[in-house]
Formats: sequence, structure tokens, C-alpha cells
Amino acid sequence: MLPPKTEYLIPKTIQDACSLAKKYEGDARIIAGGTDLLMLLKRKVALPRYLIDIRGIPSQDYISHEGKDGLRIGALTTIHAIVISPLIQERFSILAQAASSLGSLQVRQRATIGGNLCHAAPSAETAPPLLALEAIVKVRGTDGERTIAIENFLIGPGQTTLKPDEILMEIQIPNPSPRSSGTYLKHTLRKALDLAIVGVAVHVTMNGDVLSDVKIALGAVAPTPLRTREAEEILRGKKPSQDLLDKAGRCAAGECSPINDVRSSADYRTKMIKVLVPRAIAQAVELTKRS
Amino acid sequence: MFDNLIPVVLSINGSQQEARVGPLETLADVLRDKLGLTGTNIMCNEGECGSCTVLIDGKPMLSCLLLAIECEHKDILTIEGLADPVSGELHPIQKTFIELSGMQCGICTPGMILNAKALLDENPSPTEDQVREALAGNLCRCGNYKRIAECVLAAAEIMKGGGNG
Repeated sequence: MLPPKTEYLIPKTIQDACSLAKKYEGDARIIAGGTDLLMLLKRKVALPRYLIDIRGIPSQDYISHEGKDGLRIGALTTIHAIVISPLIQERFSILAQAASSLGSLQVRQRATIGGNLCHAAPSAETAPPLLALEAIVKVRGTDGERTIAIENFLIGPGQTTLKPDEILMEIQIPNPSPRSSGTYLKHTLRKALDLAIVGVAVHVTMNGDVLSDVKIALGAVAPTPLRTREAEEILRGKKPSQDLLDKAGRCAAGECSPINDVRSSADYRTKMIKVLVPRAIAQAVELTKRS
Repeated sequence: MFDNLIPVVLSINGSQQEARVGPLETLADVLRDKLGLTGTNIMCNEGECGSCTVLIDGKPMLSCLLLAIECEHKDILTIEGLADPVSGELHPIQKTFIELSGMQCGICTPGMILNAKALLDENPSPTEDQVREALAGNLCRCGNYKRIAECVLAAAEIMKGGGNG
């Protein structure tokens, strides 16, 4: 079977891109960095008649801080740019930590944060930190723009709430509270080029020696990256004793639904959640003391 | 299929090369099959091994995950473009790979050398840990990692001493 003829389209504006996506609905794929999409093309999982290349759209590649309105990251910003951004390293460090563990340097030079979110893998590297930081995404379609909380954006393996004519434009991250810090732990076998067996992002805010706020987000252990809110509740307002952290770890494991796959078993993933969630929280608490 | 070929002009190793490419053809395939530049090796063809690494505007990227059609208006450096185009003198990294046994089977070598060049162009004095971290996206099935790191560090010394770079 010969592959279908594929047309390569290069819109110059987001509106044009949305119009093309609507016109060719069901037959088109958006290509940005292409590091995930080319895999689908090679394996013939995706056979689009139209490739809509959005990298030519100007001004979609930026990291800017808007004061009290927080951080804005353009969807076409490369993962590498996020890794090396002093602003993100200093104030939104769990995102930089996660980004630095995505793929390999070669992949990060090309992959975009928008693509990582829209590909919506259960192990999407940037998702747990964005969940823990309570980020929202701004998308545009032919009818206009809307914003969506990340946890409502990722709804299943490879599935987002994007409508066919919508394109992700921007990630918005509110400023973290004072006396807060975070840690991202990726449990994986290799130094690079491997998905997480478990990805753990935590963000904690301390009030004295009490955890006034905790956000825990896990990747690769459920159909989507997720917040483990019951585990957070156990910790909120309490002192982070080891017993309490372990209890939160067990609770977090109960909120997940890991599977057996080529990387790991569900059982091992569950065990690792119980180890890594307490560890991440302890590290984050320690970091708040230094900042 | 042939009526779907698109003429492109690619800037490769300092010269403009024309090719007619399908919209889904990767840069790796076009370099090897249409432009005769077989120095770029394709091993996994899935972006998981780094063998196909080339430099795009000085940045290491995987040519098996780039569509050739996306690569117009970029400066592409392949392994063939590393030696001095006039004298033919090898780049210091190529020299150290030869002298210090940076190659066994050679499949990972072009990707390793180009990624190492990108590293040294940005950080002329890396530690061994920084070398290994920068090259973590290049797999060597022969397990030659230690020697490869030594070659890169030795090349860094030559380059700081004013060698060809």
C-alpha cells in the first residue's frame, strides 16, 4: 500500500493555522518540533493527508514574566530553552528539572512544550510540574481563545480537550507563594532517552515548620498525569514527619492506576510511588529552608 | 508518489544543495539517499540512539526526526563538513577519535563527534561529567564511552591551544 500523498502546509498566522485545521479536520496533523509526530508517521500510526507546520508562525516562542500575572511560555518554546532559562530555573525550578530529563539534548533542542502537552502521553515530562504549579493553557480556535486548567486539558492517553480547529498557544503559570519550593524526581533506568517509570513533581509551601500547602503530581502511573489530592490533604497544615510523609506516599499510590508495560510492572510502580513521594516532599521542604 | 516531490534547497556544509523530496522524507534519508552524504548513520531510525545527529544552526538534532522539507533556510553541518574544506585537515575531535581509539565499529561516531563539537563550541572546558551528560543522547553499543569521553576532553585541550576548530 503506497502512503497517501501528503501535503505540507505552512500557515503564517495562528488564525490561518486554525482555519486549515478546521478545513482539513480529521485529515491533518499539526507539526511543531515533530519529535513525537515523526515517530507516529514512521510507524504509520498517523497517516495525515495534511501536515500543518506551525513553526513559521512568529512570536510563539517566548518565556516572559508578567509580574503578578506569573509566567507565560509560548507553545513553540523548545524544551532546551526552558531548561536553560534562568528565570524558570530560579522561580519555577521543577519545570526546568523535568524539562532537563526529557529525551536527550538532541530531542530537547527541537521538541516544544506545546507539543509535549498536546501529544499527551501519560508520561509527558512537563505535565507533572505544570500540574503541581497549577498551570493553565491558552488555546485558540476559529471561534476565539479560551483557557483550560492543565488537569482538564489532559484527559486520556494521547487525548486532550482541544477541538479539531484549536491550537495550543501559551502556558500560563501563576507565581509560586513565598517560602515555597519544589522537586521533580524521575525514576528511570537511563541517564537519557527513557520515559519515566514514575515521575513525581511536588511543590510545597511552608509556614514555620508546618506544610501550609502541598501539591503532588505524578506521571506515568495513570492514563494521564494527575494530582494526588487525597495525599495532599493528609499533609496540608501538618508538620512533615517521616511517618506522615510515608502515609501520604501510600495514599498517593492508592490514587494511581499504574500498568504493566515494557518499562516496569504496576506493582513496582506502586512501590516506587510510596518511596519517591515522601522523598520528593522531604527534598522540597529542605529547599524551602535554603531559599 | 513521484508527482508529490517538492524541490528544496538545503544549505549543507556551507554549500547549497538541491533535492526533490517527499513531504514525509526525513533529512537523514535525503542526506544519505539523495545527496550521497552517507556519513550520517541511521541506526534506530526512531530518535532513540543519536547516531543520526547533525548540527542545525549549530545545535545537535536528530536527522531521522527532521523532515527534509523543514530544513530549508537552516545551516546544516554533517560529519562530511567538519574537516577543513581546503586543506582537508581533520577537526581536533576527529583527530583524537583516531589517535585515542574513540571508535570501535564506528556507527555512533559521526553523531558523537558532531554532538561533541556542539558542546565544545559552547563550553570549551567541560568536565568529564559535563561531557558525558552532553553526550547522553548518543548510544554506543560497543560500550566505548570512557574512551569517547577521553577523546572529547583531549580535543578540548587542543582547541584551547589554538588548533583547528
